[in-house]
Amino acid sequence: MSPDLTNPEEVSTRVLRIIADNQRKDVSLVTIDSSFEELGIDSMDAVNIVFALENEFNINVPDEEMKNIRSVRDIVEGVQKLVAAGPPTGPEKAAA
Amino acid sequence: MHRAVVTGIGVICAVGRNLTEFEQALREGRDGRVPMHSPDPNAEPWDLRFTHAAQIHDYVATDHFAPKEADMLDRFAQLAVVASREAVKQSGIEWTPELRETTAIVTGSCIGGQTTEDRGFVEVYKRGRPRPHPMTIPKTMANAGASGISMELGITGPAFTVATACASSAHAIGLASGMVRSGMCDVVIAGGSEATFSPGILMAWESMRVVSPTVCRPFSRDRNGMMLGEGGAIMVIESLEHAEARGAKPLAEIAGVGMSSDAHHVTQPSAEGAARAITRALKDAGIGPEQVGYVNAHGTGTTVNDATETRALHQAFGDHAARLAVSSTKSMHGHTLGAAGAIESAAAILALRNGFLPPTIHYNERDPECDLDYVPNQVRAWDGEYAMSNSFAFGGLNAVLVLRRL
Repeated sequence: MSPDLTNPEEVSTRVLRIIADNQRKDVSLVTIDSSFEELGIDSMDAVNIVFALENEFNINVPDEEMKNIRSVRDIVEGVQKLVAAGPPTGPEKAAA
Repeated sequence: MHRAVVTGIGVICAVGRNLTEFEQALREGRDGRVPMHSPDPNAEPWDLRFTHAAQIHDYVATDHFAPKEADMLDRFAQLAVVASREAVKQSGIEWTPELRETTAIVTGSCIGGQTTEDRGFVEVYKRGRPRPHPMTIPKTMANAGASGISMELGITGPAFTVATACASSAHAIGLASGMVRSGMCDVVIAGGSEATFSPGILMAWESMRVVSPTVCRPFSRDRNGMMLGEGGAIMVIESLEHAEARGAKPLAEIAGVGMSSDAHHVTQPSAEGAARAITRALKDAGIGPEQVGYVNAHGTGTTVNDATETRALHQAFGDHAARLAVSSTKSMHGHTLGAAGAIESAAAILALRNGFLPPTIHYNERDPECDLDYVPNQVRAWDGEYAMSNSFAFGGLNAVLVLRRL
C-alpha cells in the first residue's frame, strides 16, 4: 500500500484509475490516448478529476494549469510533473 | 389582470449601503473588491486561491439591530431585513391591520444561513464540542430572511422563500409580481439576500474553480472567473391601482416574467434554456425584442457563462442583439448568488428611471464569443422604456424579468 511515486508508470496507472472511477467507467476503457469526448469528460468532470488527483497525490494544481488540460495525456503528464516536484507548501498555494 | 409596480427598493451590498450609494457606485463603476475577511472572529483561518471578494466591509450588525436581535439572525437574514426597511420607507406605505394581514413576503436565497451552520459544525467536528449552538437551526433556515421581515414589519400574510441557487431572488420577484397581477395580493415584499463568507463555503467555491484569482471581467476575452459577493435587495411590489389609490409614485413596472429550465447539465448553462426564458419574458410583457434597450446580464465572468449568455441573447433578440446595451454589474458588486436577481433588477430600475447604463468594469478585450455591446468601463447616458434582468442558476433554472419605466 505504499506505491512508488518516483515511478512515472505507477503515477500514470493511478491517474487512469481515478479518471475511470470519476467517469464510472471500467479502467480498461481509459488509456493515455483516450480523448475527453470518448470518456464523456466535460469541464465539471475535469474539475472533479483534478480534485481527486490533488487528494490522491497531495499536489496542488493551479487554476492556470487547469485551463490547459484538454486530454488524458495532459492530465497524466501534468500529475507526473507535479509529483516529481514534491508536495505543495502553503505560500505556493496562496500565490497560485 | 393587474399591473405589478415597484414602489420601494432597498439595497445593501459591497458598493452601497442603500439605494443612493448603490446608484452612485454604478455610475462611477466602483469595484466592490476588498481583501476577504471573516465576519466571525473565531473562524478558522483560510488559505484560498482567491484573496478578494465584494464583501460589505463596514457592516456591523449592531448598527442595525439590538444586540439580542442580532444574535437571532444570520448575516444573510439581517441583510434582508435591512434592505426591507429601506424599501418600505421609500414606498411610503402605511400599515393598517388589514394590509398587514394580506401583504405577502417572498424572499430568495441560495445558501441561507450556511455561515452559521458552518460555524456550528466546526465546533462539533473540529473543536470536539458535543453540539453546536442551539440557534444553529433557526439561523440556518433559508426562510430566516422572510421570517425576519415578517417580524420586523408585523406582516402576517403569506411568507415563504424560493431557493433556485443564483436565480433565487429573480424567481422570488417573478413569483411576487405574479401574485400581484393575479389579484392574490395587493402588496408583496420581495427580493433576496445572501452572506457567503465563511471558510467551508469559500473552500467549496475554490474547489469548483470558478472564482477569479484576480478581478472579475465579465465578457472580456481575458476573463477568469467570478467575484463572490454578499448583499440584499428587497422591493415593495404592489398593484398599480393600490399604489395610485394611496398616492404612491411607482418606480417601475414588472412588465414581464419568463422562467425556464434547461434539462441539460447541473453546472453548464444552455443557451437554448436561457433564450427560452428571455423570449417568454418578452412575450409576457407583450413587447417585441426591439423595444428592450438594456439587459443587465447574468454575466458572472466565467468563460462558459458569458459565452453562453451571449449566444442566448443572439437567439432571443435576433438582429436587435447588436443594438442592445448589455452589462454585468457583477463586475462591481460581485456575484451575490441568491440576492443577485434582486440587486441587479434594482440596478436595471435605476438605469431606467435615472437615464444611465451601468458599465461592465475591468473590460479589456473583445472575445469573438462575446460580440455584443457590454458598456465597457464607462457609464453611458441612456433613455429607454424597457430593461431586462437575467438570472441563470446552477441546475439550469432560469428567470428573466422585464422592467418598464413608468
